Amino acid sequence: MKSFKNHISLVIALVSILFSLQIFTIVDRSINAYKENLAKNYSLVVVSQKTLQPKELTNKITALSSVEQLSPDGIIKKLNTGISKKNIELLKITLPKFYKFKLKRYPTPAELQKIKKELLAYPYITKVETFSNTHDTTYKLLLLFKNVISVLAISILLVTILLIFKELRIWQFKHNERMNIMGLFGAPTWLRSAVLFRLSIVDAFIAFAVSFVIFSYFSSSPWVKEQFANIGISIVIFDRVYDSMIMLGVSMTVSILLASFIVLGHKEEV
Amino acid sequence: MDKVIIAQNLSLAYSKDETIINKANFSIDSGSFVFITGASGSGKSTLLKSLYGVLKPIEGSLVVGGVELKGVSNAKLNFLRKHLGIVFQDYKLVKEWTIEKNIMLPLIINGYEKSITQSQVDSLLKHVRLQHQVGKYPLELSGGEQQRVAMARALAHNPILILADEPTGNLDDYSSQLIWNLLEGANEQLKTTVIVVTHHIPETMKVDYKHYHIEFGEVHEVI
Ligand SMILES: Nc1ncnc2c1ncn2[C@@H]1O[C@H](COP(=O)(O)OP(=O)(O)O)[C@@H](O)[C@H]1O
Ligand SMILES: [Mg+2]
Repeated sequence: MKSFKNHISLVIALVSILFSLQIFTIVDRSINAYKENLAKNYSLVVVSQKTLQPKELTNKITALSSVEQLSPDGIIKKLNTGISKKNIELLKITLPKFYKFKLKRYPTPAELQKIKKELLAYPYITKVETFSNTHDTTYKLLLLFKNVISVLAISILLVTILLIFKELRIWQFKHNERMNIMGLFGAPTWLRSAVLFRLSIVDAFIAFAVSFVIFSYFSSSPWVKEQFANIGISIVIFDRVYDSMIMLGVSMTVSILLASFIVLGHKEEV
Repeated sequence: MDKVIIAQNLSLAYSKDETIINKANFSIDSGSFVFITGASGSGKSTLLKSLYGVLKPIEGSLVVGGVELKGVSNAKLNFLRKHLGIVFQDYKLVKEWTIEKNIMLPLIINGYEKSITQSQVDSLLKHVRLQHQVGKYPLELSGGEQQRVAMARALAHNPILILADEPTGNLDDYSSQLIWNLLEGANEQLKTTVIVVTHHIPETMKVDYKHYHIEFGEVHEVI
């Protein structure tokens, strides 16, 4: 019970840091996945006076992923009120060419403007439709969402850091006496602080283990999977190797820093 | 004879306004038994603090075990302290350790082997009559018992110099005699230098001793 109390407060603080970190990672991944989805469904329509060379264009404008010609049949059908077949063939040749351009990733409004400019620099390209109104709104919404989550994550981080500093005081008080006594019998610094570092490493590991179990469970839960499927994105919620390593690293770093602060701040009482 | 302590013009203070010990001169032979007396607040504990290097001289020089304590480095101070056995007036036991672990501390710091450490702790517990309290924590013991744990810890590593601050302050006559016997034994058999702060010099002392008295910031020998 005694040792449980010794551990719990630091473990809670560390777990909340790992939590906000991983939630932030999940949101970041979701947004990126969502952007990819948007990019897949998003395209520009370009009107050109002559047939375009897709290869040439994608080489010059790197943001483009594919160029696809739209068949003019649909437009002609609409005009098709008593025009002879011969005339239709003629119309097909004289009618400007319509193209659908796909992008590699979802562009920012500025990137979009740049692409538009580059395309219009070709004399035979007469019009580029970016559907910029819809695009901009979606993009701004996405940005807003990301900012809100960032603010939230940072607030959690700040509160946790405050918690940790409070914990630091308590630790300092608790460990100072023992470190002082050990020092009076000539214990070198490493020996005096060994318990502290052992405690902080153990706590860091416990915090990591708790977070690992929770996120492993969370990421394999059918309910969670369903939620992500519902909004049409598939992401790695918790990478058991990569995310784990980051978690363990952050947990150890914070905890060992805390112990180092105490050791460096230790002064012998007169 | 070797001097284990040499103080020359030694002044001690906690703040600039008030010197507690003023230009003291004394030296203590290796292997001697020394009593320090003085009224409450006269500076007895302060003088001991300077001997184990917690309070640095503000003036003069103080050499303990060949180490000059004025401006001493941490490494040198640790080296010296490893060979001291200190009984603090407020015991300074580690609350979260059992009494055995407390007694073991100087042995661990001096790098003794586990087997030696264990047998040494067992025999010390017998010497201070605390075998029946094995496994307990300091706060589960009476003041007098804690004082005896502190005594056992000070003796554990056969130090060259024992500094004891009122080591019988909280003890009944029987336990006090136990402590005096232990200190005399260490002095006689191991040639350990012993410096004891006390209010009463026991009448039963078998070994020769020196006596210093502190008054008005001055340290003088009582002959
Ligand atoms: N840590 C300290 N800080 C400031 N003053 C102290 C401290 N310890 C003791 N003093 C003062 O130094 C004087 C001597 O104290 P001390 O050496 O403890 O006396 P004693 O002879 O009773 O052991 C006292 O006036 C006391 O108030
Ligand atoms: Mg005192």
